Amino acid sequence: MKLITAIVRPEKLDSIREGLESYGVQGLTVSSASGYGQQRGYTEVYRGAEYSVDLLPKARIEVLATDEQTDDILDVIITTANTGRAGDGKVWTVDVHEAIRVRTGERGAAAI
Amino acid sequence: MNAGDTAWVLVSAALVLLMSPGLAIFYGGMTRVKSMLNMMMMSFGALAVIGVLWVVVGYSISFGNDAFAGLFGNPFQFFGLHGLLSTGKDMPLVGTIPEIVFVGFEGVFATVTVALVSGAIADRAKFGSWMVFAALWGVLVYFPVAHWVFDGSRDSAGTFIGGWLNHIGLIDFAGGTAVEVNAGAAGLALAIVLGKRIGFGKDPNHRPHNLPLVMLGCGLLWFGWFGFNAGSALAANGTAGYVWINTLVAPCAAVLSWLLVEKLRDGHATSFGAASGAIAGLVAITPSCASLSPLWSIVLGATAGAVSALAVGLKYRFGYDDSLDVVGVHLVGGIVGTLFIGLAASPGAPVGGKGLFYGGGFDLLGRQALGTFSVLGYSFLVSLALGYAIKAVMGFRVSKDVEEVGVDLAIHAETAYHSGSSSAGGFHPLGRPGPVPDGLEFDDDELLPGHHQRELVKSGSGGEAGA
Repeated sequence: MKLITAIVRPEKLDSIREGLESYGVQGLTVSSASGYGQQRGYTEVYRGAEYSVDLLPKARIEVLATDEQTDDILDVIITTANTGRAGDGKVWTVDVHEAIRVRTGERGAAAI
Repeated sequence: MNAGDTAWVLVSAALVLLMSPGLAIFYGGMTRVKSMLNMMMMSFGALAVIGVLWVVVGYSISFGNDAFAGLFGNPFQFFGLHGLLSTGKDMPLVGTIPEIVFVGFEGVFATVTVALVSGAIADRAKFGSWMVFAALWGVLVYFPVAHWVFDGSRDSAGTFIGGWLNHIGLIDFAGGTAVEVNAGAAGLALAIVLGKRIGFGKDPNHRPHNLPLVMLGCGLLWFGWFGFNAGSALAANGTAGYVWINTLVAPCAAVLSWLLVEKLRDGHATSFGAASGAIAGLVAITPSCASLSPLWSIVLGATAGAVSALAVGLKYRFGYDDSLDVVGVHLVGGIVGTLFIGLAASPGAPVGGKGLFYGGGFDLLGRQALGTFSVLGYSFLVSLALGYAIKAVMGFRVSKDVEEVGVDLAIHAETAYHSGSSSAGGFHPLGRPGPVPDGLEFDDDELLPGHHQRELVKSGSGGEAGA
């Protein structure tokens, strides 16, 4: 099992979710995040004063996947999140030791 | 007494009262989340303390018979509004309205003027020190200056017994000097006394935390400003209508010019700029709304919007932290509006005058300049002295730690926003541990080994013990 974490543009969230749903992903967790990568931040102007804002708003998506699903899900996320411009985000996976469905106690792939 | 006039001034007074909470929202949206409530409380605090002082001695100092050289009225003449309370045939009148109605209308001017000053000291002032300042500034600065500008009384023999600026013929219909320049100069003084916020000009978190609130506050201020200006006619008549139109059109022109300056300078027309432009236009039209034709009001509004848009950058150049631009918007806008009367006052307007452009020469401009700069100088110097005195006696600025955590939590024990539910601590009405909500009680037998569940039981039994 893998945990797939994607940091993406917030405005891309809907298309990523639609892509994942049509692939068959049952559930995911979304949280708002802020951060920066190579492109750094941007400038906001208030009454003529410029403030440089480094931490950009991002959406963080977390999906649990079986090993077989992982590559497909990564493809779906990368395709749907891509705009070709800097700031599209990053996706990574980590190994998951165990997953348990709280309601039934099912473990492993059955819990996903 | 005229019932229509009285009704209009009572409504206007209520509109002007709304400006203080409106200002609280306007200023509150401009500050950071962690000190928003303190910002709003400075407006509400000023409203409270000046409201009381106005009834006790304020009206008397502002509109009592002149006590000395046109500088202030007799503080005891209307002490506690003594002498104004009759509602029968012997009821004292100002023009066609009961004087007690005039007291109310002028009183709400005083509250919002004092509240304006607080914009210069966002994020870092001790609330108690602000309240002391507000009270002393009201008595020593606003009440006398209102006498200088607004009191044009004569005794029964026709001898002038009002304020000195009114006597020399300063035209200030609704308070460009007494309100805007006065508050702006005091704001500059306090910004100097308190010094810069930590991170001033560098920390990106100093930007406004909620611009929709700024725009809402601006809308409430503009709404109230129709009472402020058109109510100053003290009658429901053509003058009020004339002023109303100018109060509509000047801020509109100022919004356009502020946005144009922003677009040319920064590349974007911002919502903050629109709100700021509206206020700058309102400030400038305040003294001049009864002296300019609507077309000149457009010119004035456009000028004030552009000049204020450029002036708000001064604080970075000169290094004083006038946090919410009381100087850039109110002082500068007030100066522009008051002096502009000397240029464009039209003899055909309700409060005539003859400006330079109408062949009046420099006479009126000179009087307007004298009024503007004497109020500016007096307000600045007394505010500076008061500020340093309060700083020496009780301190005016919070500690560095408090400023970093946020004034709201440290001084008021409140925070403006909550996100999600917090499981830390507990809600303890009257200082006692509260009961556990329904469905969360456990018997010891049911317990699984678990730290959290044990804690729940503990707080539950604590609730019973306390009850």
